[in-house]
Amino acid sequence: MDNVTTADEHVPHAEHGHDGHHELSFLQSYVFSLDHKVIGIQYAITAMLFLLLGFTLMMIMRWQLAFPYTPVPVIGGLLGQNNAQFIAPEFYNSLGAMHGTIMVFLGVVPLAVGGFGNYVLPLQIGAPDMAFPRLNMASYWTFFCGGVVMFASFFVPGGAANSGWTSYAPLSVIATEGQTWWLVGMIFLITSSLLGSVNFIVTTLQLRAPGLSFMRLPFFVWAQLVTSFLLLLAFPPLEAAGVLQLMDRVAGTSFFMPAGLVTGEGPLEISGGGSPLLWQHLFWFLAHPEVYVLILPAMGIVAEVLANNTRKPLWGYRVLVASVIFLGFMSFIVWAHHMFMTGMGTTMSSFFQTTTMIISVPSVVILSAFLISLYSGSIRYPVPMLFALAFLPMFAIGGLTGLPLGLTAPDLHFHDTYYVIGHFHYVVAPGTIFALFAGIYFWYPKATGRVMSELLGKIHFWGSFISIQFVFTPMFITGLAGMNRRLYDGGLEYAHLQEVVGWNATMSYGAWALGFFQIFFIFNFFWSIRNGKKVDDNPWKATTLEWQAPSPPPHGNFTSPPEVHRGPYEYSVPGADKDFTMQGEADPAKA
Amino acid sequence: MEIPYTVAERPDTGVNNVKLGIWLFLASEVMLFGGLFSTYVILRLGGTDWPLGSDILSVPIGTFNTAVLIGSSVTMVMAHASLKLNQFDQFKKYMGLTVVLALVFLAVKSYEYYDKLSHGDLPSATTFLAIYWTMTALHGLHIIGGVVVNGYFWGPGSKMFHTKPEMFANRVEAAGLYWHFVDLVWIFLFPVLYLL
Repeated sequence: MDNVTTADEHVPHAEHGHDGHHELSFLQSYVFSLDHKVIGIQYAITAMLFLLLGFTLMMIMRWQLAFPYTPVPVIGGLLGQNNAQFIAPEFYNSLGAMHGTIMVFLGVVPLAVGGFGNYVLPLQIGAPDMAFPRLNMASYWTFFCGGVVMFASFFVPGGAANSGWTSYAPLSVIATEGQTWWLVGMIFLITSSLLGSVNFIVTTLQLRAPGLSFMRLPFFVWAQLVTSFLLLLAFPPLEAAGVLQLMDRVAGTSFFMPAGLVTGEGPLEISGGGSPLLWQHLFWFLAHPEVYVLILPAMGIVAEVLANNTRKPLWGYRVLVASVIFLGFMSFIVWAHHMFMTGMGTTMSSFFQTTTMIISVPSVVILSAFLISLYSGSIRYPVPMLFALAFLPMFAIGGLTGLPLGLTAPDLHFHDTYYVIGHFHYVVAPGTIFALFAGIYFWYPKATGRVMSELLGKIHFWGSFISIQFVFTPMFITGLAGMNRRLYDGGLEYAHLQEVVGWNATMSYGAWALGFFQIFFIFNFFWSIRNGKKVDDNPWKATTLEWQAPSPPPHGNFTSPPEVHRGPYEYSVPGADKDFTMQGEADPAKA
Repeated sequence: MEIPYTVAERPDTGVNNVKLGIWLFLASEVMLFGGLFSTYVILRLGGTDWPLGSDILSVPIGTFNTAVLIGSSVTMVMAHASLKLNQFDQFKKYMGLTVVLALVFLAVKSYEYYDKLSHGDLPSATTFLAIYWTMTALHGLHIIGGVVVNGYFWGPGSKMFHTKPEMFANRVEAAGLYWHFVDLVWIFLFPVLYLL
């Protein structure tokens, strides 16, 4: 039987779905849609808007760091009376806290998991939709509410949350009203990711097409599966912590408040007896797995793009799968390496130092397998491949600079400095976000039937790649010199930083240049919807199932139910008549 | 294309979508309450003094509520079993009883809250009361959620029995798994807060 379906091959029974025939209203099709592809795009667009917002907040902050105590140009008038002369310290703190929150919880995760997961995962496993379409819609709208609450918090008295994205108690408990909004927003976001992760796991385990065994799953699906488990199990403790902090703020309890606290307004009237460190434990119990939630889907995207553009199978597929599972497991027992400076004791520190060193092993295995995959491939360089290739050294820099942080002794010096900022931004910004760009350029033809402009894409890539180095490399220098991460004036007042404060301006120019080059992407993204070059269903000559569906896939995804006959990366198989064999193609010998 | 395995079991995983979904959801609930119980342990071990639960809370009332909730778990099992035996009237009876018992639990709990409020035992008074209020209130919210879901399956939702009996039984089973979990949380909460 020939299972390679073409768009014109019409299979009648495939369209007899419950809502295949009657027309859907505009609201049903585009707003409250149950289709995983529409929900995926809703997630992606919302998340990209939040990424832009989060980045804009940072570009404003960088003005204060580069040119302290001068009026913000261009948009200064929009920032309100308090910031007319220069950015007020409280506002600076809000910007910092909300930059982190927005980028992590409203930008990268919703794009990587909600966007790519929703759009690509069901297609890659040959499913007609997610297992629970209504839950999927609920998940998006809960996320949206969380986003609205977070955004609205900028306009409450005292401004948005200003206790850092980590919201350490007890300062966060006595902070302005914005913190309460932050907590409510987080509870929405956590609920959303819970609904989403249940859906992803059930979909992956239950809706795989016939023949798609676990060892035939594309690596992207494995990465999303492990990510979903992390979201499922790591987020609830933060929900608990969020409820407790909300109680501290609203009901006056003292979960995180020790006795005898005194503020500028005198002693606090609380019962005391709580533990500020408890917040840190609960927070990092989520937030460390969250780091892997940020990086694993990115690795999944990179794996797909690399295999496709090297025209050879991913090297060490089984090892990659084992590594990603081990990584997921280990990520639950490394959280306290964020807390070496809290005085929790050397036994605890030694334990978490050891697990941290162990978790670097699977990360290095994955990166090495990607590198070896490049060896002796006949590599093509379309825009997604450029981003995917850039991911490798960027993630390597980010990952390797993390090792000294995971050891207690050097962490004494590095803790809370720009070195830490440089480290995790190398992982997340030129690492994860570059991989997400690779994914957007890669799957854009699937969603629209057209490719994005190659020229604009290359300008976007090279501009971003070069300017982003000026943002984050100097952070290692200033961090090693001891520049603290949350200094309002970038360290101007400190004698020991006088030699390095000049780097602040360099980093700011880098950030603004990075912002400039995103204009090419934004333009390209919208322009190509109508004007991009039209392509067929499989423009990259890829092997996985999503390329077997029409572009864009109709409701129900496939024109006939797919069946899988082989592994995900059968590129350049010796003896085959072309250099890729799709997963849905039957073996001619057995047909 | 219809979504597969909404009712039937997938042969290689041995479950249908609903059952796998509810178990995953319960796994995350374990982590949620696990975080709260860990908080209890850490705060109690770190506290200078900790009251005996039975000095502050009424053990007889707590015991009564425990019995009520265990009873509702039993009726929940009976409700699902009745569906499997195709006895719709029995299902209505047992499911109704489950909802009533849950409401009894909530009523007793409300009386306990009222009693605490009238004595000024607010969450802000001591760490013990803080954790008592937070954990029991969160558990209470879960009970309310269960009442809504079970009430729906008892009332308007039960029409599905006549069109898709198997799917309906699966849904009631999932609701039952959730309900047993909520009971289980109370079975931990009761000794931890009232007795220890």
